[in-house]
Amino acid sequence: MANDKVTNILIVGVGGQGTILASRILAYLAQEDGYDVKVSEIHGMAQRGGSVTTQVRMGKKVYSPLISEGKADIILAFERLEALRSMHYLKKGGIMIVNDQAIEPVPVIMGLQKYPDDIIGRIKAKIPDAIAIDALNIARDCGNDKASNVVLMGVLARKMGYEWDQCMKAIEAKVPAKFLELNKQAFEKGWNAEV
Amino acid sequence: MELKKELLTGNEAIARGAYEAGVTVAAAYPGTPSTEILENLVKYPRVYAQWSPNEKVAMEVGVGASIGGARALVTMKHVGVNVAADPLFTFSYTGVNGGLVLVSADDPGMHSSQNEQDNRNYAKFSKIPLLEPSNSQECKDMIRLGLEISEQFDTPVILRTTTRVNHSQGFVELSDRTDDTPKPYVKNPRKYVTVPAHARALHVLVEERRSKLAEYSETVPVNRIEWADKRIGIITSGISYQNVKEVAPNVSVLKLGMTFPLPEKLIREFASQVNELYVVEELEPFLEDQIRLMGIEVTGKKMFPRIGEISQRILVDKLLSATAYKELIDATVLEDGIEAEKEIPIPLRPPVLCPGCPHRGIFYVLSQLKMTVMGDIGCYTLGALPPLESVDTTICMGASVGSALGMAKAHPEMHGKVVSVIGDSTFLHTGINGLVDIAYNKVPTTTIILDNSTTAMTGHQDHPATGFTLAKEPANQVDLEALCKAIGINRVVVVDAFDIDNLKKIVKEEAEANEPSVIIVKRPCALLIKERSLPYVVDKESCINCNKCMKIGCPALTAGDDGVVVNTALCTGCTLCSKLCPTGALKKEGDVIG
Ligand SMILES: Cc1ncc(C[n+]2csc(CCOP(=O)(O)OP(=O)(O)O)c2C)c(N)n1
Ligand code: SF4
Repeated sequence: MANDKVTNILIVGVGGQGTILASRILAYLAQEDGYDVKVSEIHGMAQRGGSVTTQVRMGKKVYSPLISEGKADIILAFERLEALRSMHYLKKGGIMIVNDQAIEPVPVIMGLQKYPDDIIGRIKAKIPDAIAIDALNIARDCGNDKASNVVLMGVLARKMGYEWDQCMKAIEAKVPAKFLELNKQAFEKGWNAEV
Repeated sequence: MELKKELLTGNEAIARGAYEAGVTVAAAYPGTPSTEILENLVKYPRVYAQWSPNEKVAMEVGVGASIGGARALVTMKHVGVNVAADPLFTFSYTGVNGGLVLVSADDPGMHSSQNEQDNRNYAKFSKIPLLEPSNSQECKDMIRLGLEISEQFDTPVILRTTTRVNHSQGFVELSDRTDDTPKPYVKNPRKYVTVPAHARALHVLVEERRSKLAEYSETVPVNRIEWADKRIGIITSGISYQNVKEVAPNVSVLKLGMTFPLPEKLIREFASQVNELYVVEELEPFLEDQIRLMGIEVTGKKMFPRIGEISQRILVDKLLSATAYKELIDATVLEDGIEAEKEIPIPLRPPVLCPGCPHRGIFYVLSQLKMTVMGDIGCYTLGALPPLESVDTTICMGASVGSALGMAKAHPEMHGKVVSVIGDSTFLHTGINGLVDIAYNKVPTTTIILDNSTTAMTGHQDHPATGFTLAKEPANQVDLEALCKAIGINRVVVVDAFDIDNLKKIVKEEAEANEPSVIIVKRPCALLIKERSLPYVVDKESCINCNKCMKIGCPALTAGDDGVVVNTALCTGCTLCSKLCPTGALKKEGDVIG
């Protein structure tokens, strides 16, 4: 991370996927590095299975908690459709990490709208080195679907150049003790995933 | 000593600020984006924090504590201040004993609100000083400042936040709690008994106070000029300040932390030294109008929208269109990144009632019966969305009940076809008054109370009928059935939310009755239930693909070409879909053979 520049990370997903934990871990990592941090979360209606967006900004001095369109350095998408929806927030040359999982929204479930085909292909057409990973399956292997957020954090943290020990410290600080082992394991799988 | 620094949301910082500044009494009714303030404050020692049944009562609790000599905090969302306005306006006349800060959490952009009123106008209207923090640190600091202003000038103070301030995190330096001993209470009828003779005298004091506050506003450190390039000067407050700094770091800024009364001399000084003068504020031209009244020409709402939030993009776009000094504005903000997907439509992902939600069945029944449904605010407002689509109106909390009465009187021939639907928390908030009206005037209409044992919409807060307090201590529990009977409703029926057949029968019966009636539909919110029952699955042999079960809009059911599929990870086993299936194809997992 360049010293004077602000790094913008947009985390998108569906209510209940655990996007907040990811943002808390990121904020912790930035804080440990001595950076200024702003995190923005929108609550409310999002709780009932709506789209959710969390924005994390870190750098020497950060004013606004919000990331403008085309200004995200990284998008971490917990779901394919949400990745597609938010794609234009990514700057040219930015990093896109997509959990290759589909959660159908109600208009699709009801057959009113169609869940787009080949989302990953469409994303890759515009962002050739976008990373797609099946975090849900990996989390399932660790024994808990809910850990897919931490699998994704593993992918992201490595990509951002954080050190392993730093990450373990962050996870210990932010994850309840009861789920620590599970989450460490999930993080490691993400970290080591071939992407 | 090194100060401890923590990453806090605006709401956490407000709670911390109240703790540090010696607040001992706090009251609120939940409402996004303010809810987490009290949820955090209750965790601190030596602070009494409580949910009130509505904002007016919360305000009155604060008023009493303040008159008694304690420092008090009252918090609510913007529309809550409409409910609390009555005590607020007269409390402005009496003034305080212990300091009182009212947090009004506004919601530009309506992330989770029914309107986007700009509550800064309340400060001017009620002649109460106004503070506007722009980040978490200021949230904390301005609570202390607000309490000090309150005590020094004998006035309540409004701290006005917006969603982005309440819900973003930033670093906050923590300090210790200061002395929290309440001042003694001194009886003083001339101050606290607002009979006309006293009130007339008090109004004079209020106007004097306003002049003194205007003088104070000139030097209070939260109003400050950040001199830089003087070709452009921007006057701003709240979250807009952060966006201005982001896109125009080199212009001069007059940052206003206290926005009523305004510091006229400071504004004049600033205005006289810059070539171009702009006011950047979301929603109403609150600063702009006042500045214009000073005879100072500024550019504001002529180009910035009155609607919604002002994003960095809008800010840059508008500033570039107006300024002669484009080099001072960061035009790269407007540069596009990756192109948006345009070839195919991207389906929306609206919020929906959860799988297993106890509100689903009643809306299915109401749509089947083609009822006109005077609705209210809560999770159940989602009953307005397809496929249930059975809510006709949503105005404000509590409005369903009284408006059903109005509808019944406008169209007596609609008898049997009009009901109101209201949540338990909303009923106790202000719906109860409407029901008293219905009972009193004997209007034959049916009020359906959805008792899911919580305030679900705002994140599951307790209320007077849940049996617990904010601190999770056991509480007296309002008996809704007995309450309705006590106010004069003779027909009160309690029904299980998942028993659709019975629901249908009872709704018909009660709506057609010739006297007022209440139906209490009971089942706890699905998210409160820790132990799941077995999910349902589709017996492929029996499913005839009629899609009748899809009419309840359950996110756990997916229609497919070869029949419906249940997402067993989402299904809570609520049984509702199985009751709609004509062939019995939906069965509890384990009951399906093969
Ligand atoms: C005056 C006012 N205060 C607060 C709110 C925020 N708010 C919206 S709905 C609601 C309560 C919903 O609870 P309930 O009626 O029990 O329905 P549920 O969500 O549990 O279904 C609250 C607090 C509001 N819209 N207006
Ligand atoms: S939170 Fe509870 S009341 Fe609200 S939609 Fe979900 S199950 Fe229904």
